[in-house]
Amino acid sequence: MSIYDIVFYLFAAITILSAIFVVTNKNIVHSAFYLLFTFFGISGIYVLLGADFIAIVQLVVYVGGILILLIFGVMLTNKITSVQIKTGTFQVVPAAIGVGLFAGILFTVMLTTNWRSYNNSVPATTTKHLGMILIQQYALVFELLGILLLIAMIGAATLARK
Amino acid sequence: MLHVGLNHFLVISTVLFSLGIFGIITRKNAVMVLMGIELILNSANINFIAFAKFGNFGDQGQIIALFVIILAAAEAAVALAIVLNIYKTFSTVNVDEIDTLKD
Repeated sequence: MSIYDIVFYLFAAITILSAIFVVTNKNIVHSAFYLLFTFFGISGIYVLLGADFIAIVQLVVYVGGILILLIFGVMLTNKITSVQIKTGTFQVVPAAIGVGLFAGILFTVMLTTNWRSYNNSVPATTTKHLGMILIQQYALVFELLGILLLIAMIGAATLARK
Repeated sequence: MLHVGLNHFLVISTVLFSLGIFGIITRKNAVMVLMGIELILNSANINFIAFAKFGNFGDQGQIIALFVIILAAAEAAVALAIVLNIYKTFSTVNVDEIDTLKD
């Protein structure tokens, strides 16, 4: 077992354990904080896969943006002072059985498929290359996503203050 | 089996995907449903980046993962605006109690 493997198992354990806590914890705020650890673990996995830029974007956008947004959503939709921030669950047992079956099918398909695996060398840094293909090959998608973000921002603002 | 390869990353993404679906169908609070959606999007991203490393596509997978992150940000903003509106209208965000259209 090399260092790489040990670090991988560490990040995998962080990701999956905190994801389990996210979906089973009764308190929404605790769930949101466990989601933080899930995102950190996933960011570490991106680093292990040689995607340094995506890992940083994951930290900035998910931890700095989406998670804050979710916590604001929790705070704005619960009366914190009067009611304890709990969320109910329903149909846990049928859901667990169904999801277990689904996961079993996915695992079977995935592990029996003979994936063609290339041993690509990991470049030291991907940022420059990603930037080049983002403004050359994917220029149209890039611009469209910019417009989409603007529309989403305006739409969210108008929806929320109506 | 101890040596980390493509399958290890696919296992993580499968587990995250299943946990996300479990969260979506068992939790009542709409914000928790959104957290499940985020888990699913992240599992898809892990797949994209794993195949970008172990496949023969260059960096295309990383670009798509970047686009997924952008779409997730837009989706979270709009979805939370909708959740806030639902809370203003119904005084609850439990998705099983919002059934006005039924009946």
